[in-house]
Amino acid sequence: MAVLVHRIADAAARLGRPATLMEVCGTHTHAVAAAGLRRMLPEGIRLVSGPGCPVCVTPVGYLDRALALAARPGTVLCTFGDLMRVPSSTVSLEQARAAGRDIRIVYSPRDALAIAQETGLQLVFLAVGFETTTPTIAAALAEAEATATPNFQILPGNKLIPPAIAALVSDPDLEVHGFLLPGHVSVLTGWRAFEFLADEHGVPGAVVGFAPTDILRGVLELVEQNGGGRSEIVNLYSTVVSPSGNRTAAALVERFFAPADDSWRGFGVIPRSGLALRPEWAHRDASRIPVELPPPQEPAGCRCGEVLRGVIDPPACPLFDEGCTPSTPVGACMVSSEGTCSAWFRNDRWGAT
Amino acid sequence: MCLAIPMRLIERGENEGVVELDGVRRTVSLMLLPDAAVGQHLLIHAGYAIGAVDEVEAETTLALLRELADAMVDP
Amino acid sequence: MSGSSRAPATLLLAHGSGGRLTHELVREAFLPVLGNRFLATLTDAAVLPELPPGRPALTTDAFVVDPAVFPGGDLGYLSVVGTVNDLAMVGARPLWLTWALVLEEGAPGELISTCATGAARAAAEAGIAIVAGDTKVVPRGKGDGIYATTAGLGVVPPGRDVGDHRISPGDAVLVTGPIGDHGATIMACRHGLGSDGLRSDCASESALVEALFASGADVHSLHDPTRGGVLAICHETAERSGLRIHLDELAIPVRPEVCAVCEVLGLEVLSLACEGRVVAWVAKRDAGAALAAMRAHPGGEGAAIIGRVDERRAGEVGLVLETAAGGRRPLDLLSGSDLPRIC
Repeated sequence: MAVLVHRIADAAARLGRPATLMEVCGTHTHAVAAAGLRRMLPEGIRLVSGPGCPVCVTPVGYLDRALALAARPGTVLCTFGDLMRVPSSTVSLEQARAAGRDIRIVYSPRDALAIAQETGLQLVFLAVGFETTTPTIAAALAEAEATATPNFQILPGNKLIPPAIAALVSDPDLEVHGFLLPGHVSVLTGWRAFEFLADEHGVPGAVVGFAPTDILRGVLELVEQNGGGRSEIVNLYSTVVSPSGNRTAAALVERFFAPADDSWRGFGVIPRSGLALRPEWAHRDASRIPVELPPPQEPAGCRCGEVLRGVIDPPACPLFDEGCTPSTPVGACMVSSEGTCSAWFRNDRWGAT
Repeated sequence: MCLAIPMRLIERGENEGVVELDGVRRTVSLMLLPDAAVGQHLLIHAGYAIGAVDEVEAETTLALLRELADAMVDP
Repeated sequence: MSGSSRAPATLLLAHGSGGRLTHELVREAFLPVLGNRFLATLTDAAVLPELPPGRPALTTDAFVVDPAVFPGGDLGYLSVVGTVNDLAMVGARPLWLTWALVLEEGAPGELISTCATGAARAAAEAGIAIVAGDTKVVPRGKGDGIYATTAGLGVVPPGRDVGDHRISPGDAVLVTGPIGDHGATIMACRHGLGSDGLRSDCASESALVEALFASGADVHSLHDPTRGGVLAICHETAERSGLRIHLDELAIPVRPEVCAVCEVLGLEVLSLACEGRVVAWVAKRDAGAALAAMRAHPGGEGAAIIGRVDERRAGEVGLVLETAAGGRRPLDLLSGSDLPRIC
């Protein structure tokens, strides 16, 4: 570890100018914070978090729709734990559960399918996540079809990372000199899915795993590429990442989903960045159920959008630690333990000295 | 949203298998990795195997990390 | 106290009504295993002998663990050792406990017997007597099988003064064994993870604590890392004492199975409950002697020095982790319940 830190410092000195590197994976955000890595980097190398936390980029309207569905009689909502405390225009899922709605946390979409089969209730699974998670939801849908389970539906919310990175790289407000690319998303997509970064935008990328050494190796690679004026996509997670990824998973996703324009918190609509259920699966699509929605309310003063684009660091948001804390989150970036603001609050907020 | 960990496949059926890490076992779906072989290390995410560990690459990476650990820092 | 607990096959509301069925329940399910001269009288309150010299210590606790029976223990056993340990943490020698149950209509008799037997076993191991009990039954749906509430009475021997007010900069922080066993076991049960090696660590710490005092080490403070784990108690202790606690991630003992559960479910090992461990703040010069005393005692073989106490300057955070990766980060309390993460 010390060797890596030293080599990064050397490479940064040779580079001779500041560099901003971005990671776009919530698990990377968490890993960097948990290991205290930011403090180990030399002056001039800035590591920022992008929109890597699917909870954080889920728009308020999605939660509002989920809550409206939960209010329908005979409905049970199943969700990954991460969504429970996210504020909607009104209350969070956790608060709604305390008030009597049937909302259950599952670890796997299969658990949700099992609940549908056991209870016979109308089950809606909150389908959020990136390319790592989407195939698991497609697989659960395939199993629902194969077992003829009519009462299993999803509220589609899955998103695609490459279009978001493309949007970031085209953002004039943002200057990123290299990307730490998401290790597990790449297991599914293959690392070639990110070649456009180097080929079309001249920005280097390194696919890295989640151990502190993995991340630091990625930082070193990116600083060195910058120093050498190169831009390539390098796979530093070859233990599990291949050039083209998991084709079985891709086919299953293709069977059920099609890319669609989608709204990302902080970005607005990014073209073809979300996944909608194909029309032949309308019976699995809970977003087609008509419900009454409140007007979407983004909390006043919240600068989650800019944080998610890496434009500002969390402390620049006026609400950070002034009303917005992990126990009283205002914006989504503070709720998830992988949200940029939450990670910063827990791990980089050192106070005086 | 990428919490996935490597676990070893110790038993498998048609669509499901049992994976193990340090004595902890879990039943997972093999729908996304139908060719998984018993004895392989698989990446598990949300109750599904999403990828397999390339043992050769894993060895190479381990060797590299060992080299880093042993390296002397230049004065 | 001999015999075995025989509970009705299924619990009825009438078992809580105070009449014949209640009497039967107490006589057949509880007295055969818990019985002693205090309980046997079955009267309104236990009149106790005079307390030994020293200051009385009193604690109370409620137990709602789900599942109620788990590898390594059950709610009955846990409720007794948990209470005994609370007393031990203030340096008290535990003497007498009360045990009040709220049972749910329809609860299986086997559950009641297991918990009664567990409580009796724990009482015998800890050398205490359960001197008063109560049983209520609530309608189906209004309880979760079985809840237990306890009160525990003990005595702090003269001359012994243990508490956060005694913690000083320079103190060593020790733990009596690997952390997170109980929490990991419960989470594994709830989420369908199997493991042969995973079991709750729930046990009475009273004897180990006495051995620690007997070693002559200057023990400043003790806390058992139950709900919220080592993270919660160190955070609270740092706040109460106004000092800064450093924990060394590499020094904290964790069993591989517990690590595996945390990785699979996305849990923070430092916040998992331990029900048979003690974290001790000991004067620096006595750290070695304290560690030796712990390791020499059954159950303390895995003891380790995990951190130290420092001065805290204005504006500094109270609890810091020196990470395995060589970095440092402040440790904060978890905000929500520890939900299995997918992210």
